[in-house]
Amino acid sequence: MAAGGGDAPPAIELAGISKSFGPVQANRDIDLAVRRGTIHGIVGENGAGKSTLMSILYGFYQADAGEIRIDGRPTPIPDSQAAIRAGIGMVHQHFMLVEPFTVLENVILGAEEGPLLRPSLAKARAELKRLEEEYELDVDPDAVVGELSVGLQQRVEILKALYRECDILILDEPTGVLTPAEADHLFRILRSLKAQGKTIVLITHKLREIMAITDAVSVMRRGEMVRTLATADTSPAELAELMVGRRVLLRVEKTPATPGRVVLAVENLSLTDDKGVARLKGVSFALRAGEILGVAGVAGNGQSELLDVLAGIRPATGGTVRLDGQPLDLGHSTNGDERRAARVAHVPEDRRRRGLVMPFAEWENACLGYQGEERFEGPAFTLDRTAMRDAARASIERFDIRPPSCDLVTASFSGGNQQKIVLAREMERDPEVLLVGQPTRGVDIGAIEFIHNEILALRDRGKAILLVSVELDEIQALSDRIIVMFDGRISGERIAGETDERELGLLMTGIEPGTRAA
Amino acid sequence: MTAPLPRWADLVLIPALNLLLAFLVAGLVVVFIGEDPVEAVRLLLVGSLGSSYGIGFTLYYATTFVFTGLSVAIAYHAGLFNIGSEGQAALGGIGVTLVCLAVPWPYWWLALPFAILGAGAFGAAWAFLPGYLQAKRGSHVVITTIMFNFIASALVVYLLVNVLKAPGMAPETRNFPEGTFLPFMHEILAVFGIRMSRTPMNFTALLALAAAFLTWVLIWRTRLGYEMRAFGHSEPAAVYAGIDPVRITIVAMLISGAMAGMMALNVVMGFQHRLVLDYVGGAGFVGIAVSLMGRSHPFGVVLAAILFGILYQGGAELAFDMPSISRDMIVVIQALVILFTGALENLVRAPVERAFLRRRRKAA
Amino acid sequence: MTFGKSLAVAALTMMTAAGAQAQEAANPAVIFDLGGKFDRSFNQASYDGAERFTKETGIAYESFELQNDAQREQALRRFAERGHNPVITNGFSYGSAMETVSQEFPDTDFVVIDTVVEQPNVRSVVFNEHEGSYLVGVLAAMASKTGKVGFVGGMDIPLIQKFACGYVQGVKATNPDAEVFQAMTGTTGAAWNDPVRGGELAKSQIDRGADVVYHAAGGTGIGVLQAAADAGVYGIGVDSNQNYLHPGHVLTSMLKRVDVATYQAMMDVHNGAFTAGVQVLGLKEDGVGWALDENNKDLITPEMQKAADEARAKIISGEILVHDYSTDGACPVS
Repeated sequence: MAAGGGDAPPAIELAGISKSFGPVQANRDIDLAVRRGTIHGIVGENGAGKSTLMSILYGFYQADAGEIRIDGRPTPIPDSQAAIRAGIGMVHQHFMLVEPFTVLENVILGAEEGPLLRPSLAKARAELKRLEEEYELDVDPDAVVGELSVGLQQRVEILKALYRECDILILDEPTGVLTPAEADHLFRILRSLKAQGKTIVLITHKLREIMAITDAVSVMRRGEMVRTLATADTSPAELAELMVGRRVLLRVEKTPATPGRVVLAVENLSLTDDKGVARLKGVSFALRAGEILGVAGVAGNGQSELLDVLAGIRPATGGTVRLDGQPLDLGHSTNGDERRAARVAHVPEDRRRRGLVMPFAEWENACLGYQGEERFEGPAFTLDRTAMRDAARASIERFDIRPPSCDLVTASFSGGNQQKIVLAREMERDPEVLLVGQPTRGVDIGAIEFIHNEILALRDRGKAILLVSVELDEIQALSDRIIVMFDGRISGERIAGETDERELGLLMTGIEPGTRAA
Repeated sequence: MTAPLPRWADLVLIPALNLLLAFLVAGLVVVFIGEDPVEAVRLLLVGSLGSSYGIGFTLYYATTFVFTGLSVAIAYHAGLFNIGSEGQAALGGIGVTLVCLAVPWPYWWLALPFAILGAGAFGAAWAFLPGYLQAKRGSHVVITTIMFNFIASALVVYLLVNVLKAPGMAPETRNFPEGTFLPFMHEILAVFGIRMSRTPMNFTALLALAAAFLTWVLIWRTRLGYEMRAFGHSEPAAVYAGIDPVRITIVAMLISGAMAGMMALNVVMGFQHRLVLDYVGGAGFVGIAVSLMGRSHPFGVVLAAILFGILYQGGAELAFDMPSISRDMIVVIQALVILFTGALENLVRAPVERAFLRRRRKAA
Repeated sequence: MTFGKSLAVAALTMMTAAGAQAQEAANPAVIFDLGGKFDRSFNQASYDGAERFTKETGIAYESFELQNDAQREQALRRFAERGHNPVITNGFSYGSAMETVSQEFPDTDFVVIDTVVEQPNVRSVVFNEHEGSYLVGVLAAMASKTGKVGFVGGMDIPLIQKFACGYVQGVKATNPDAEVFQAMTGTTGAAWNDPVRGGELAKSQIDRGADVVYHAAGGTGIGVLQAAADAGVYGIGVDSNQNYLHPGHVLTSMLKRVDVATYQAMMDVHNGAFTAGVQVLGLKEDGVGWALDENNKDLITPEMQKAADEARAKIISGEILVHDYSTDGACPVS
């Protein structure tokens, strides 16, 4: 291994691990060694087998073949209890917390000692205090977890693992839900854990993070371990190429925009939800033809609501939206049809719940929302299935959706290909306005490149695009103009080339750079 | 990440295995009360399928269950659990009765279209309010339809005691005019020279098959069915696709209620020729089990309805010939079938899936 | 039905049916209604009669408990096909099935209890429940200290109103100021077998002051009698003698001798003396009455017994005419 061969045995050693689910070989003959006291990154596209491998390590799955060695000792891990005993802790992408419980209660959950809670709680309180001081892991032990921010919830997950005295900490896509500032804090925590001799495995698809924090990095592709490198000896371009198996452009080639007329004029838009919480507080902006307007912000600051109102699936409580001068009806949650008729297309943020009906066949989803189109009409209220299938096959071909079978159940496509199904459907009709939310969430690198290029091509055809994303990289890469949302308001607007991550990060927390926050 | 089973295994093999398991456990119960389980199964099968008489009764029951099963299945595709088929069927009975008594019909085929309309309209009307309340007020359709079942039975008792009652002791209407009697299956077959025992099975059995086919067309071929399924799988996706949840909920409930009401054609117009108290007799609830077993697919519903027909008719024969098996034992056997085919379905599914995977891997 | 017509039918059928079948041995079958044979009430009374026949003659009988309406004709036909004689059905819902099947098997003797089918081979047995209910009404009014009594019925149908109306007439005739609370259990078949609900209804009547509660509700009545016993007041049983259920707390039971009807039909066939036609069993025929046994002999004072006996004599003589609800669907008092 390039990162230097120490004399101590590796903290984790996987030898010849194989695992298959039915006909799918998720892991094939994997070898991996992680040195004690290092941060080890694992990268790979969706479906490359990273999560399966870590699930085997944590006892969720049993490998079909191969051996796990912890500190040089062969250690079978039949379940997660065994993993915990072996000193392995895991922070999942989707947190495993009981939201109505306090931090303290969550930490001791499953590690209670004796039938009475009080002694365990007292012990945990003392232990938390120690961990807090040692690793910058400050969380109020009596706060209710459901009321904490995502970043703090993640800290609770880490505390849970540390409380169980783990020496090896696995983090699965830990920064996906964090603000840049929160991500920085997380990295500080990880570094201090490393300094204390803990071993950290970091699964991520963000190459920037790999470069910033890991000591070594392993690349997986199609269930196989492609290579393990010392981070210092590699580059994002090389890693991307290893992941995808071909050369990948990490930055999209982009010509300057030529903004035209104002297509969408949003004025003083407000929305108060059922609980009386104001989600949008007077949002105004203009979207022009031929430009991509990025909406940045930490998730939950009104971007989703903005997108829903514009797409006609959620009523606004105030304000106006004009499309080419004509006011849009903002009063109903069932205006999706009207928007489509006005050639406003919408790629929803949550494709699994909203953009697609997962149990449907691909061809049924390929016309979702457009099922009323004349060309799909068959005799006597029926749908022309042949026409629908033909349309689906055409978009499969054009958007290179894999596997290229329109009769497959949508749920069995990978995340990237599911997203392509939605994008194909919404972009093919050549809309005047494209509202697109989180276009590359959970999408692999190869597909990201494709999706970004398609969005740019639409812009270059003179269409107006509103891009909502929590990935600052994506916003910066695609947008011509950027507005940042915080707490239901627009906290600032920047020209894409004239700003940086730090400035946008401040805006995302509601602070106007250069001024003191009120 | 489980690979889906082939369709035939999902639709035929797994239900068959579930059934086998149910009968094994039911057999243990039979042994427990000191009877011969093999003989019991023989009686059950011969009694229900061994003669044109048994088959007629089996299919008469099955016809009823097809309608209520389809009723539950249609609502289910739109994500609605319609427990109210019982009450909707009761109202359908009133609709058929009013049509049949209102006019001195000369021919059954003249009365039938109107009776279908009456049954459907009354059943649908009874499903409308629960659908409306679900769509507009979010009152859960399970709760409201259960309540509507009680209101329906109270309404029927009131009408039969106070308004529609024929002279005499029993709370039932007077007999329909002969011109409304749907032809019995033994009469129909006699036209073609086929001899069949006299059973309640009647023309409605053919209507039930047509209804199953039309339901299949509705769910998988029409735009409405497409929208119902989209809504049933994911309400956010349906809203996104411009489908109005209020409209689709109400429409689905109306169709479901109409389908339940149709069972009155079989029982009231086809067999009893008058409306009697509690004529539905739990068929609406059997419809839930039928739909569950039939995977909410019209073809599966027909098969499951026939199975329940067998259980009903075979169970009666069993009670005739094995007096120690009381009718409560029959209910236990029926319940075991529902338990194994509905609730404990995964008991069989998981091992079967594993077996298929092993086979596939060997082949690969 | 008119009495004259049924008499004529009875006379006619006596000649045909009785003559044709005198020699055949009895091979009886009984069909119980949806309530099931162990309802401790109507069906069970029929069961008791059949058992008594078997015990006395040593001849076994077949029986079937209905599970649904479609089985009515099926069960009748099945027993007739197998050569059972007589075939006895219980329950007013059997009218039209009996009408149909009795014509298919003219050589079989049928008995239908609680409704009338005018066929030459059918004996229809109906009871004057209103007369028996009148007597227990008299007893209830005299036993009541509060002047308030209750009635819990199964379902709001004419048969049950017939019980209720006779009962009210008896109460009012004895104590014109008495108040009668009436309640019906439900609208589905479950109303006949819902003791919990029966108990609740009885309890609410007791809470309003009733200290005697009469039930005509099949299995539901078990709960009525239980509630009365729990509250330390009196219940009144129905159909079978239910005095034994809570000795000292069941004032009496209105007897409807379905057992006698069943037993008698079997015996008649056994002795070759079966007659078709309508049998109306009232006080005069001892088809209805009230139960007095060791369980309730301390509850019935000599005055009460005297009053009941007098009322019985007057009804039999025609001096008191108890209105039958089912004749016009109305009750003169409430």
